[in-house]
Amino acid sequence: MKKLINAPEDVLVESLRGLALAHPELAVDFDTRVITRATPKDQGKVALLSGGGSGHEPLHGGFVGPGMLDAACAGAVFTSPTPDQMQAATTAIDRGAGVLHIVKNYTGDVMNFEMAAELAAAEGVEVASVVVADDVAVQDSLYTAGRRGVGLTVLMEKLLGAAAEEGRDLAAVLALAEKINGQGRSMGMALTSCTVPAAGKPTFDLPEDEMEIGVGIHGEPGRHRVPLAPAKEIAEQLVEPILHDHDFSGAPAIVMLNGMGGSPLIELYLMYGEVAALLEKAGVRIARNLVGDYITSLDMAGCSVTLLKADDEMLDLWDAPVNTPGLRWGV
Amino acid sequence: MTNIDTTTLIDWLHRFAAVAADKREWLTELDSAIGDADHGANMARGTAAVIEKIDAAPPATIDELLKTAGMTLVSSVGGASGPLYGTFFLRMGMTAGAVTELDAAGFGAALRAGLEGIVARGKPEAGDKTMFDAMSPALDAYDAAVAGGTDLPAAVRAAADAAATGRDATTPLVARKGRASYLGERSAGHLDPGAASTTLLFETLADAVAG
Repeated sequence: MKKLINAPEDVLVESLRGLALAHPELAVDFDTRVITRATPKDQGKVALLSGGGSGHEPLHGGFVGPGMLDAACAGAVFTSPTPDQMQAATTAIDRGAGVLHIVKNYTGDVMNFEMAAELAAAEGVEVASVVVADDVAVQDSLYTAGRRGVGLTVLMEKLLGAAAEEGRDLAAVLALAEKINGQGRSMGMALTSCTVPAAGKPTFDLPEDEMEIGVGIHGEPGRHRVPLAPAKEIAEQLVEPILHDHDFSGAPAIVMLNGMGGSPLIELYLMYGEVAALLEKAGVRIARNLVGDYITSLDMAGCSVTLLKADDEMLDLWDAPVNTPGLRWGV
Repeated sequence: MTNIDTTTLIDWLHRFAAVAADKREWLTELDSAIGDADHGANMARGTAAVIEKIDAAPPATIDELLKTAGMTLVSSVGGASGPLYGTFFLRMGMTAGAVTELDAAGFGAALRAGLEGIVARGKPEAGDKTMFDAMSPALDAYDAAVAGGTDLPAAVRAAADAAATGRDATTPLVARKGRASYLGERSAGHLDPGAASTTLLFETLADAVAG
């Protein structure tokens, strides 16, 4: 393992220390591992909390700021944060209008956020939750923990952040969250495994001439292992299952071509070109896009594609100003 | 030994923490195959935190001890294991009450309440390839032994043996819960890490009761 670290057990706290130094507009509580805005939003507005295992940067701490999240809880690498962290964050960011928890559908995240919501409700804070579930690689949710929450989380945090900033109430923000959940789909792939610092070696072995299709964001092995193919064919293997799963015609789409942390931008742009061509051929109209590392898996090489079927309301929310370390425009 | 007391339970938690530290890499290896390679690190971190807490201020009663252990696991393990193991100890403590010892039947009732807490939190069923597949047969074996008049040390040993059998039986299963479920058929052929750590929990219990 070759990494820019001191000791595996210190990675999280030392990374948070650097984040705090780099971004004085954020406040980082090192005890609770909660990242909040240094200047909270106005009273009477809905607050947004997300969080999850670390190793997905800029998700989630990098999306705290005006126009997006109010706070993020950082768990250990690939491990859900704990209910006490989430409770502390929920109470801290409540501006009297309630708090929405944005939870990725992974067993640990769901259970810890559930416990946190119970604790916060007992303190009198109104809490609602959305469980993001957009990964089409998980086909049969009858025999699994349900679809994973992956790339759509980024789009969700941006759109809900704008809606909350507008002053919509908790019920309205939750309704928008459910609508986004119903219209967003993702699919990911890996060229290499990632290496969890505490484990010290790659999570899985992937020979030079093979790739994993349908990976999540934790370096967990994917659904299928297939021979390595040119980018054009990889793009097909990502786009086809998404279009097969949901009808994206007849509406503008927001598209994200996301890097998993170990693929350079030259490859991500190349992949975006392939994906955009496939979508054009399929009659999908790309209205907005993101290309880059937004929800990563440590040092894993590979990418994911996320499609959200949008409307004018969502595009307006998308264009609204956002000012966070990981996403910034209109300010 | 006919009753189990606070001292023995503290010894149990010490032994469990020591084994979790010792088997840390093995648990992580099991988790690498079908999960995300963090079960060993998480259990070692959580159980070490429990020991730190109870050594600093040794609880006098069983409910206080188990609630401390449960809350500490919930707030230090993370992932799915934190709420599941944490809920197990919290419910055990609530059922045990403010006593300093329990007879075999009372201890069995506490264990059963712990398992019911796990079921309420994670909704596992037999054969899902989870910790339930080790814990459920362990408690069945314990209850059967106690009902048959077996003494406490033999009953917890029977529970540990049944846990190990249940753990080994997870190998061919296709996971239906947790992160391993995303692998579908590819999850077959691997021992479930949660069932593995649960077996360690019962093996250390048997060792602590044996003294």
